[in-house]
Amino acid sequence: MLLGVLFSGGKDSVYACRRAMETDSVSCLITVVSENPDSYMFHTPNVGWAKLIAGAIGIPQLTWPTLGEEGAELADLSDAMAGAVDLYGIEGVVTGAIESVYQAARVQRICRDLDLWCYNPLWQIDQLEYLRLLVSEGFVVIITGVFAYPFDGSWIGARIDGPLIEKLEALRDRYAINPSGEGGEIETFVLDGPIFRKRIEILRAEKTYDNYRGRLSIEEARLVER
Amino acid sequence: MILVVDLCFKPRSLSRYEFVDPIAAVMRRSGSEYEIVHSTEMTPDLIYSSDGIILCGTALKDDLYARRIDLFSWIRDLDKPILGICAGMQVIAAVFGGAIVPQPKIGLERIEIIKETPLLGLPREIEGYHLHNFGVTLPLGFEIVAGRPGEVEAFQHAERPIYGIIFHPEVRNRWIVERFDALLLE
Repeated sequence: MLLGVLFSGGKDSVYACRRAMETDSVSCLITVVSENPDSYMFHTPNVGWAKLIAGAIGIPQLTWPTLGEEGAELADLSDAMAGAVDLYGIEGVVTGAIESVYQAARVQRICRDLDLWCYNPLWQIDQLEYLRLLVSEGFVVIITGVFAYPFDGSWIGARIDGPLIEKLEALRDRYAINPSGEGGEIETFVLDGPIFRKRIEILRAEKTYDNYRGRLSIEEARLVER
Repeated sequence: MILVVDLCFKPRSLSRYEFVDPIAAVMRRSGSEYEIVHSTEMTPDLIYSSDGIILCGTALKDDLYARRIDLFSWIRDLDKPILGICAGMQVIAAVFGGAIVPQPKIGLERIEIIKETPLLGLPREIEGYHLHNFGVTLPLGFEIVAGRPGEVEAFQHAERPIYGIIFHPEVRNRWIVERFDALLLE
């Protein structure tokens, strides 16, 4: 089946893409670029750099703008998915949703209206097991945003590895955070992985941090041989 | 051993991660022995060696199970606990003479449990995640446990431990799957 993956460049959409490539044919990556940094639906930090990951994986990317206003952004997502049907002949859409009923139900409704299959291959996955899976399969994932207590500035730019997963587990036990950031606590960017033909090298990035909210904004990056 | 039956349109489909693995994960976390099998790969040995069976749901656009009801005729005479989830409930209904009827619903909704059962407990309201295009009519020999005629949320066979729920317990209601698992030990 020809599929389009809703793609932000964060770990969830990349890993959903990896699972979709295992069973089906991913013909495009659909990136909705929101102008609203607090969008409920779309991952915003560094989403402009998702094109580099699409290039690294070797799958065409369809980008679609939205103002990110609740309600209107769903119409924009629907238009983006319809565009992927026209341009790439997709028969279904894949998301990286894990727990968010809010996001999942909305994408399901759009898929129903467009007569598309809807796949959520990370749905209800154990978040710590999932992070360990990412690491064991060779994905290189960095944290590009923190948006909740008790994440301090040291988390920004950190690579997700075994010791960091242990820290996230401890924070989950103490503060009930979602260890994979499903509640919007952290945002990520993927630099390399088993589905990548090339890896991404960040050449210049700016780190900002203030009161448990911080970002790593990528300013210059390139593809290099793996 | 609990048999977790994959009702998706083909074995090892992308949908299995969404509808089968979360159910298997509940079994794994509770330490129960389980085996996942696709509905087209069921064998009498597997069916009769199991202690109980869970028929999982599938994608909204997938209705192939409804055209393969003959694959599930073994349900009628099997004397073991069975839990049908969404598509699985529809299969149970169809095997026992009920109908699968258009009844689309997506998202979280209030569910009224109207009858005390070992699976859902006391009558009360809960919230459940719905993802289906079809519902069921109540088959002969079954009672409504949650919902109402015309919108059956859960049913139970009057004499046998056969249950169906139209919403997805793997989302925010894992206790239902855990309770089914515990029923097998009683």
